[in-house]
Amino acid sequence: MEQTWKQAKAAFAAIAVPPIGWLLLFFLIPLAVIWAYSFGENTGPITIDFTGTFANYARALEPLYLEIFWKSIIVAALTTLLCLVIGFPVALAIAFASPKTKAWLLLLIMLPFWTNLLIRTFALIAVLRENGYVNFALEWLWNNASGLMTLVGLQPLGEFEPLTLLYNNTAVVIGLVYVHLPFMVLPLYSALDRMDRSLMEASLDLGAGHLRTIWAVVVPLAAPGIASGILITFIPALGAYLTPDLLGGTDSQMIANVIERQFKRANDWPFGAALSFLLMYLTFIAIAVQALVQKRAERRG
Amino acid sequence: MAKGKYRSGASRRSLLQQFGAAAIGISFSGSLSACGQGGGGRVVNFYNWDTYIGPTTLADFQAATDVPVNMTLFATNDELFARLRAGNPGFDVIVPSNEFVTRMSQAQMIQELDHSKIPNKANLLPEFQDAAFDPGRRYSMPYTWLVLGIGYNKEAAAAKGVPRPDSWKYLFDDGTFHQRMALLSESADLIRLCAKYQGISLNNIPASNLTSIEQMLIRQKPHIKAFHEDDGQDLLASGEIDIVLEYNGDMAQLMSAEGGDRFDFVVPKEGTLINSDCLAIPTGAPHLDDAHAFINYLLDPEAGQKITEEIQYPTPNARVRDLMPESYKNNPVIFPPADVMAKSEYGAFEGDEKARQFEEIFTRVSAA
Repeated sequence: MEQTWKQAKAAFAAIAVPPIGWLLLFFLIPLAVIWAYSFGENTGPITIDFTGTFANYARALEPLYLEIFWKSIIVAALTTLLCLVIGFPVALAIAFASPKTKAWLLLLIMLPFWTNLLIRTFALIAVLRENGYVNFALEWLWNNASGLMTLVGLQPLGEFEPLTLLYNNTAVVIGLVYVHLPFMVLPLYSALDRMDRSLMEASLDLGAGHLRTIWAVVVPLAAPGIASGILITFIPALGAYLTPDLLGGTDSQMIANVIERQFKRANDWPFGAALSFLLMYLTFIAIAVQALVQKRAERRG
Repeated sequence: MAKGKYRSGASRRSLLQQFGAAAIGISFSGSLSACGQGGGGRVVNFYNWDTYIGPTTLADFQAATDVPVNMTLFATNDELFARLRAGNPGFDVIVPSNEFVTRMSQAQMIQELDHSKIPNKANLLPEFQDAAFDPGRRYSMPYTWLVLGIGYNKEAAAAKGVPRPDSWKYLFDDGTFHQRMALLSESADLIRLCAKYQGISLNNIPASNLTSIEQMLIRQKPHIKAFHEDDGQDLLASGEIDIVLEYNGDMAQLMSAEGGDRFDFVVPKEGTLINSDCLAIPTGAPHLDDAHAFINYLLDPEAGQKITEEIQYPTPNARVRDLMPESYKNNPVIFPPADVMAKSEYGAFEGDEKARQFEEIFTRVSAA
């Protein structure tokens, strides 16, 4: 028997008030303050006048900052794409594993969350740097190959040159993919896990190959999961700040790094607030697109 | 300015510690305000850089005065400033660098000191008795000073034919160390040192020079591997780079650590930027008398000696310097030669607008 909330107003209010109050106090009010700052002017080191000016937005829309926004979108989109390509087979494998293995695999996916992002990023530095584990492994292989070639009478390979894996845009993307992969795998897994298996069996029975079944049956059915996976990977990747800061080179500045510097070194809160809100509007657009995709998928379903 | 002050500069712990420091700062804020408002028991709430105090200093002060010190840590001047921006949450003594002494005094975030309560001021070297950034030392007492310079891997530099890279040229205007160098990501410091390289004062840089500095940095960018967050000595130690823009104190720590003899530090012949971390009392400090007593204690010769032995930074205190061994007093990394010091300058606080301009130049260089 289903009850609507109207039949139990008191109970509903008792449950709803604390989270709404929390949301108001710790999310909407601070956000409103930052929003107000974005229309303010600095009048001293610690004073801001709310003058209703659009100057901060005008400055934020200068080509310099638009280019940085665009670059952040590209990096975030590339990260999301790689997460999807890597995460889909992983999610598929987990969804089709035996219940016992499934629990372990899910645990492995969630394990990184138990460690602080900063520590994980530093661990990645230790792996990728020139005196890091990737280069140690490559050097070992190189030297063995070299020794083998001498053994069979060929010229040995030259001196091993360590690969430069850190402090460039590739390192930033590797770091972002590493950090955001669980965000992609989990919604994909939940979509694939709920899927009606009989549809896949029907597809295979009717002569479609495995790849065709995945492409024509599994992917469309998992579309809402894919869309939400893309969304919750893309949004944090777009606002990433620690990863480009620590793994990036001189070309790896993303918009969140610029925003951070406005609030700190430049001591320009109004401009930082305007940039933050532009970033948030971009996020809203992404959410709207996702809702559209979801709606279309539901209509088709 | 002097972020990342820690003893063994040989690992990436530094930045972890900084972030840890920030986290501790946040977690202590609640209890601190409680202390501040209560005002019952005597205590000094000390807001300091990480590993920037002697191992027993706080306990010694408590033994001498019965007043406990509650130390909280910050990692950058920006963090210190942001923390106090909306009002003092209960700190009694803070340690801003020179430019921030000016900025915070202008914003009335720090208060005038009562010099009659700080007799140990007499221990300071004559050149630190007064300061351009704080005329008459009305708001601050010097705690340490430090300079930026070039840290380098001796073997790698020799292999490139520059056994002693004693000019800013190698960092700002030259490809010898292509993709083997890292610069500090502090916009103001970077631009001011470029001005030094161009042979002009690092204060009041003319607009035409700002343009040419921006172009020079954009030209130099392909040779630069990274803009580091004051963990340059770690990049050097891990072999990622051969040459780096760093503080002398950080390099002195790296060089005194194990394997540190592979590295050296030079203040370029064009001169450099001097910073000084200062003791100050924020407006609204709840324990004014004890705050003065604590500052006075930190300027005491024996107390200062224990601090300096630990942190290895140049001291502005004449009596502390006299107590230190020759290996400290004659260390050219800690005390650069007089001729380059003569060409070096303090960076003045030139207003927030200037800071924003520097920041935008850095954003443009990074985006180019």
